[in-house]
Amino acid sequence: MVLKVMSANQAIAEAVKLANPNVIPVYPITPQTTISEYLAKFVADGDISAEYIRVESEHSAISAALGASGTGVRVFTATSSQGLALMHEIIFAAAGLRAPIVMADANRALSAPLSIWNDQQDSISERDSGWMQVYAENGQEALDSILIAYRVSEDHSVLLPSMVCIDGFILTHTVDPVDVPGKGDVDKFLPPYKPDHAYLDPKRPMSIGTFTDPNYYMEARHDMELALVGAKDVIAKANAEFAEIFGRTYDFIEKYRSDDADTIIVAMGSICSTIKDVVDEHRDNGEKVGLVRVRVFRPFPTKEIYEAIKGASNIGVLDKNISFSVGGVLHNEINAKMDVKANGFIVGLGGRDIKPTHISEIIEKTKNTTKTTQWIGLNKEEL
Amino acid sequence: MVSIGAAVKEPGSTRKNKTGSWRTFKPILDKETCIKCENCIMFCPEGCINKDYDIDYDYCKGCGICAEECPVKAIKMERE
Amino acid sequence: MEIPEKEFLAPGHRACAGCGATIGVRLALKMLGENTVAISATGCLEVITTPYPETSWEIPWMHVAFENAAAVASGVESALKSQGKTDTTVVVFGGDGGTADIGLQALSGAMERGHNLIYICYDNEAYMNTGIQRSGSTPYGASTTTSPHGKESFGEDRPKKNMPMIMAAHGIPYIATASISYPEDFMKKVKKASEIEGPAYIHLQQPCTTGWGYSPEKTIELGRLAVETGSWILYEIEEGEFKVTYRPLQRRAVKEYLNAQKRFKHLTELEKDRIQSHVDAVCIELKV
Ligand code: SF4
Ligand code: SF4
Repeated sequence: MVLKVMSANQAIAEAVKLANPNVIPVYPITPQTTISEYLAKFVADGDISAEYIRVESEHSAISAALGASGTGVRVFTATSSQGLALMHEIIFAAAGLRAPIVMADANRALSAPLSIWNDQQDSISERDSGWMQVYAENGQEALDSILIAYRVSEDHSVLLPSMVCIDGFILTHTVDPVDVPGKGDVDKFLPPYKPDHAYLDPKRPMSIGTFTDPNYYMEARHDMELALVGAKDVIAKANAEFAEIFGRTYDFIEKYRSDDADTIIVAMGSICSTIKDVVDEHRDNGEKVGLVRVRVFRPFPTKEIYEAIKGASNIGVLDKNISFSVGGVLHNEINAKMDVKANGFIVGLGGRDIKPTHISEIIEKTKNTTKTTQWIGLNKEEL
Repeated sequence: MVSIGAAVKEPGSTRKNKTGSWRTFKPILDKETCIKCENCIMFCPEGCINKDYDIDYDYCKGCGICAEECPVKAIKMERE
Repeated sequence: MEIPEKEFLAPGHRACAGCGATIGVRLALKMLGENTVAISATGCLEVITTPYPETSWEIPWMHVAFENAAAVASGVESALKSQGKTDTTVVVFGGDGGTADIGLQALSGAMERGHNLIYICYDNEAYMNTGIQRSGSTPYGASTTTSPHGKESFGEDRPKKNMPMIMAAHGIPYIATASISYPEDFMKKVKKASEIEGPAYIHLQQPCTTGWGYSPEKTIELGRLAVETGSWILYEIEEGEFKVTYRPLQRRAVKEYLNAQKRFKHLTELEKDRIQSHVDAVCIELKV
C-alpha cells in the first residue's frame, strides 16, 4: 500500500481514472473545479482514453452524460451547488431513464445570497430524484465511494445513478493521505459496463426516452422505487467484496462509540471527524456519548439508523440544510420513519464554522427534547 | 410491467396503430394514368405508398397530399 | 437523383394528417440510412413518434428533454467515438422552439465544440405541440395564441430570428436552409451534411396544417409558396461559401403565400405590403 497525500477532489479524479469511463462531460464550478482539471490533465497526458467534453454548462454536462450513458458506455461528471441546481431537470431524467451515471458533488450552499462555501443544501435538494447518495467523510472514502458507486449503479438489478458528495473546501481543498488502489484490484472489483436496457446501436435499434400516458408512468416510477430499495442488498454485497479486495470496510452508517451511548449525535459528511473528537472528550469525562454517521443517504437506511439509535435517551441530528418551516431534512426523515424523538439542529450553512464547542452545546441541548429545530452557531446579535 | 426506463426495443412498432381509421377521404390511385414521378411516394407523411404505387390503407390518414401533388391527377380523393 | 426506397420512420405515428415534420424526417433518414442514431428534442416529433410502448423509429433514437438535444447528441457522438464507431451518423431533430429559443445555448455549445453531428431544425414557426404559441422563429405578422391579433395588435411584431446565420457565425463547415417541398434540394443537403467532417446545421421549413391554418393536402403547396414568393430562401454555406441553391424563375407575390394561411388572414393590405418590401430587400441582397 502506497499512501499519497491529496485532496478529496484529487482522490475522486484518481478513482475516475481507475474506473476508466468512456466519456467525461464536465463544467467547472467552485469548489469542484479541480476535479475537472485533474481529469483534463489525465486525458491530455494519455493516462486515460476518455472523451472529455468541455460543455458550456452543467445542464449540458449532465445531458451529454445521459446521452453517452444511453449509448451504453460508462460516464462520469462532477458538479456543485448552482451547477447541480441547473442540472435538476436532467437529474430526474437520468434516474428515470435508469442511466448508471456516477457524479461527484462538491457540497456548497445554494444562492441567494451567493456563497461559495460549504453546506449540503445542494445535494439534499435532489433527494427525491431517484439517485443514490453517499456522503464521504474524507478523501479515502471519496475515492472508494466512487468505485463502489459504479459497481452498484451498473448492477442490472439497480440501474440508477449515484452521487458521491464531499464537503466543499473542507474536503475538496484540504489534503489527507490516500491509498490509491492498483488497477488490477479495481478491475477485479468493477467489471466492464455491459448494459442490456439502454444502448444506441444501429444493429439493434431501440428508442430511449419515450412518451408515457397514465397507463405506464406510475409503474415506471414504482419500478424505480423497487430498484432503489433493492439497491440496499447490492450495496451491502459490494461493500463486503470491497472490504475483501481492498481491506477497507464501509457500511450504510458508521457507528462511533454509540453502542452503549445515552446521547447520540447523527450527522453526515466531514463534520463527523470533529464530532468524533468531541465524543472522545465527553467519553473521557465519563459521559456516554456516541456518533452515528449516515454515509448512504439514498437509499435511506431506516433500519440501520434505527437499530443504532433506538437505545439512546437523547438523540441530536445535525443538518447542513434547511427545509424552511419544517427543519433539517435528515432530522425530519429520522423522526418520520422511526419510533424516536430526535432533536434537530441546523449547522454550518454557507460555510459557517462548526466548532467543537458547538458540538458540545448540541450534546447538552439534546438532553431536553424540544419540538423546534435549533440553529447552532448563529451570530449572537441575531439570536 | 414497463420496460426499464420505458425504452422500446421493437423498432417501427407504431405499425400496431392502424391510423387508417382516421380517414374520411380515401385516395384512389389510377396506375394507368400514373407517370411514375414518385411525388406521392416522397410527400406522403405516413410513407405508406410503396414503390409499386400501392397505398397502404391501414395507415393512410387521407390527408390528400398525394392527390394534390400528383402532376397528372392520377389520384382521386373519394369519401369513405 | 436516386432516392433510397427504405423507410426508417414507420407509419402508425400520431402526427396530424398532412404533417410536414414527418415528411422531413422520412426524407432525411432515407439519405442517412440505417447506420444512424437520431436524437430528438421534446416537441411534436418526439410525442407523435414514441407513444410507449410503441416507436416509429427503425434506427436507434433518444430523447431527454426540450432544451438539451444538442448536448445529448454531443454525449452520444462522443460515446460512439470512444467505441470506435466513427462511421455511425448522429442526427438531431429539434423544432424551432427547441432550437432557436430554449435549446440555443446547448446547440451553440455543441456546434462550437465541433462534434461530428447533423442538427436539423424542423421549423414550423411556433410551439405547435403546446398549441401554437409564438417562438423566436415565428414570422412577422403571424397570429399565434401568445401573439394574437386584436384591436391593439397585428400579431407577432418581431421578425423571425435568423438561426442559419447564427449557426454560420459559429464557423461550422456546413449550414443550409431547406424546405420539405423541395425534396431533392433538401436530400442533397442532408447527404452533404453527412459526408462533411464536423458539425452541420440544416434549417428545414416545414408547413404545419394545424398551426398555420390551411387544409392538410396543401402542406407541400404552402412550402412551395414560401420559396416561390421569396419568403423562404434555399441556400447553403459550405466552408464559408454562400450559395443560393434554388432561384424561383419569377418571384410570386408574397400575398399569395400569406392569403393561403389563417395565421396571416387578419393582416391589412398595408401590413402585407410591408412584409413584401421586407422580402424584396432580402431577395435583392441575396440575389434571388
Ligand atoms: S392521402 Fe395522405 S396519408 Fe394517404 S396516401 Fe395520400 S399522402 Fe399518404
Ligand atoms: S404523383 Fe401521380 S404520377 Fe406521380 S407517381 Fe404518384 S400517382 Fe404517379
